[in-house]
Amino acid sequence: MIPSLDLVLLFLIVAIAIAAITVRDLLSAIMLLCAYSFLMAVIWVEMHAVDVAFTEAAVGAGASTAFLIAALSRTTRWEKK
Amino acid sequence: MSTKNSEAGEGKERAGDVIVETVARLMVPFIQLFALYVIIHGAGGPGGGFQGGVIFGASFVLLVIAFGIVNAGDRFPEGANTAFMSLGVYIYAGVGLLCIIFSLGAAQFLNYGFIPLTTHFEENRALGMDLVEIGIGITVMAVVTSIFFNLAWKREPEEGGEEE
Repeated sequence: MIPSLDLVLLFLIVAIAIAAITVRDLLSAIMLLCAYSFLMAVIWVEMHAVDVAFTEAAVGAGASTAFLIAALSRTTRWEKK
Repeated sequence: MSTKNSEAGEGKERAGDVIVETVARLMVPFIQLFALYVIIHGAGGPGGGFQGGVIFGASFVLLVIAFGIVNAGDRFPEGANTAFMSLGVYIYAGVGLLCIIFSLGAAQFLNYGFIPLTTHFEENRALGMDLVEIGIGITVMAVVTSIFFNLAWKREPEEGGEEE
């Protein structure tokens, strides 16, 4: 574990999470959630939890993004005011 | 039906372009090989049935995204998905029941060492673990594919009305 790298990654995660709930384009929100999951996987690897990181990368960044895009294709892309 | 599908942007007769289809066709075998490696290697390292199954299902999702859901959806019928889901659970429970049977009354569910696949207890345990991982992988692969199809496939409206 490197504490400074941890701090940088956690700050990036918080920034991405805030961006994901404030952006109005839902496709951008999905892509930000994908980046969130991937950074979370990087943090798990950095904390020596490789199995959890594997699951996070496969499910969070891969399958869940595909599911959310599939759900988005049934509705509109832009969030209403 | 064709107008609705072209509205969705998927399922047109020639929807994709050459680059996406070629890259998908090249990548899918490697993704599936990596998924099998993760499933088999899961007992001794990171990975396992769940992760490998998700990766295997993601390869089918990539096929669907590249080739259109109607073209790919005809190759994954709902009944086959349901059969694969149950098959994985049956493999898992069947290995557990075999352990109960071969442990001769000790009733140790999923204690893989009692299955007489080889002569050594530890090798039996490793092989039984691999069998269970294969079952988990099959179920997760079918469930991921089925969830994606049910989310993305815009079926006929009268068919949806009958379902609801």
